[in-house]
Amino acid sequence: MPDEWITNESGKLSLHGEWTLGNFHALKRALSQQRELFSHAHVTLNGIERLDTAGAALIVEMIGVEKAKQVPEWAGDLPKEQQALLVRIAEAMEVPLDIQPRKQHRMTDALATTGQQVIGLWSQQRQLLAFIGLVLATLFSLLLRPRRWRFTAMIAHIQQSGLNAVPIVALLTFMVGAVVAFLGATVLAEFGATVYTIDLVAFSFLREFGVLLAAILLAGRTASAFTAQLGAMKSNEEIDALQAQGLDPIELLVLPRVMAMLISLPLLAFVGMLSGLLGGAVVATLSLDIPLTQFMSTLQKDVSVTHFLVGLSKAPVFAFVIAVIGCLEGFKVSGSAQSVGEHTTSSVVQSIFMVILLDALAALFFMEMGW
Amino acid sequence: MASDKPTEHANQPVIKVRGLVNRFGDHVVHEDLDFTLERGEILGVVGGSGTGKSVLLRSIVGLKRPNDGIIEVLGTRLNDLNEEQRSQVERRFGVLFQRGALFSSLNLQENIALPLIEHAKLSREEAEYLARIKLSLVGLSPNTALQFPESLSGGMIKRAALARALALDPDILFLDEPTAGLDPIGAAAFDELLVTLRDALGFSVFLVTHDLDTLYAACDRVAVISQKKVLVADTLARVASYDDEWIQDYFQGPRGRAAQHAHQQ
Repeated sequence: MPDEWITNESGKLSLHGEWTLGNFHALKRALSQQRELFSHAHVTLNGIERLDTAGAALIVEMIGVEKAKQVPEWAGDLPKEQQALLVRIAEAMEVPLDIQPRKQHRMTDALATTGQQVIGLWSQQRQLLAFIGLVLATLFSLLLRPRRWRFTAMIAHIQQSGLNAVPIVALLTFMVGAVVAFLGATVLAEFGATVYTIDLVAFSFLREFGVLLAAILLAGRTASAFTAQLGAMKSNEEIDALQAQGLDPIELLVLPRVMAMLISLPLLAFVGMLSGLLGGAVVATLSLDIPLTQFMSTLQKDVSVTHFLVGLSKAPVFAFVIAVIGCLEGFKVSGSAQSVGEHTTSSVVQSIFMVILLDALAALFFMEMGW
Repeated sequence: MASDKPTEHANQPVIKVRGLVNRFGDHVVHEDLDFTLERGEILGVVGGSGTGKSVLLRSIVGLKRPNDGIIEVLGTRLNDLNEEQRSQVERRFGVLFQRGALFSSLNLQENIALPLIEHAKLSREEAEYLARIKLSLVGLSPNTALQFPESLSGGMIKRAALARALALDPDILFLDEPTAGLDPIGAAAFDELLVTLRDALGFSVFLVTHDLDTLYAACDRVAVISQKKVLVADTLARVASYDDEWIQDYFQGPRGRAAQHAHQQ
């Protein structure tokens, strides 16, 4: 029976047509019908018009590697290039091509993954503590040597992470301030205590929201930037180059960033407090009929400066944690661009988590102290 | 395959570039550049840094739109094609980028299997089986099939990238400095591999290189890009004796003479 690819004439198989990747499915089908014949039948190849690696692989698979390597002996009328191709493919298929199948997932894998993650978390915290120690040690050793302070780098980072973040911090806290005022008015109106909206906005922004919102924004904006910058340097071997020249990457790269954050975040927190109060004041004036003068006088009367100081005292701590996590994750980057992305994500998640955790602990502490 | 391309003849050049102009802002890279790649040849493209070798490659494979000029590949003008037709032509290209450009989120066999699954519509098992044959063909053990690019050495990345470029059995292979960053043994093995595969598979090769040894060991012809155009394109011996200062420095310098000497032995 004549076939498009293989003809079988009394035990003699002859291949013809285009044995190429485009016909791969048709070829496989044709071969599966004649499979058992190939082991002993006489095969002629000279009808083949075109041959590529995919077709050659199919042929070699059928006739066997040994026979295919001797192609020049039994198929001498085949064009030289096609002979060479068959021999080359046969050589390539000589090695065992089957590989271990992918591992099956089992129930115990979930346990193992959990264990690995716990260990990972533990070692991450230890690394963080060690890095904090290293940064502090370097910081103190440089405190008395102002000549080695990197002012230019620090100012540049203050501009990038502090000054350039002012608009977004101000806008965000303004809006949250307005929302808190609305929320307070809705709840307090039932008790006829709408005027306490002022206290609500003032307390929440001075103690918590001003600094917390600024810190979360910087965790997203600056921690990621630090990780990406240092990660790119790490994968470009720049940090190795610094060390090889006897320069300290902590001193040159980390400290200017940490110092810049220590200066920027308190200022941004202050901006956040002001703009949150402004948001509350705008809502109070426009929709709660509380005049601005009353707003200001209530602020002065009811809200002591302690709340402002309590709020602001958290800013340097948050700043330090964000900067250190951002830099440490940058140093953990290994080689590939993918790794830069992974560690950037990790640094943002970690720093936001740490900021909120520390804030909760601080709230407990300040409450117990009665501040 | 051949039936739907009536203009394609055995003796026609596979790539014909006429009057190519490439500019970046005010900076002119190519001015009225003519270029030809013949069927089945390995053409070495050389030139100083920044003379636009890679830009020429990118214009031909369609990664950069030229400012002017005609690019004809396998008998069809690329300028006139729509997206779909262009993709048909591009399927017959294999490109090896300077740093391998393996997909970092896929392991080696998935890297090579991807075009087989997407374009040739093979099943995953078939594609990965062929991928392992390709890996073995370029001299990598099939055991590396499950490794990810980041765990490979430079030489292995180059070989794997070559395997991926060969995945669809291209008619034209574009190689951008394939031996850069390889040790001399690895580079020599790559040259040999390239010639063997070309003889077996019959593709044409556009080879951008700085490697003089590759020129002597693998290339049929050499094209020199200088002064914004192809200054000369001919056999190595004739190019080496061309009267131009840069070409003389290039081929008659200490490294050029060493490569020539090594080849004559």
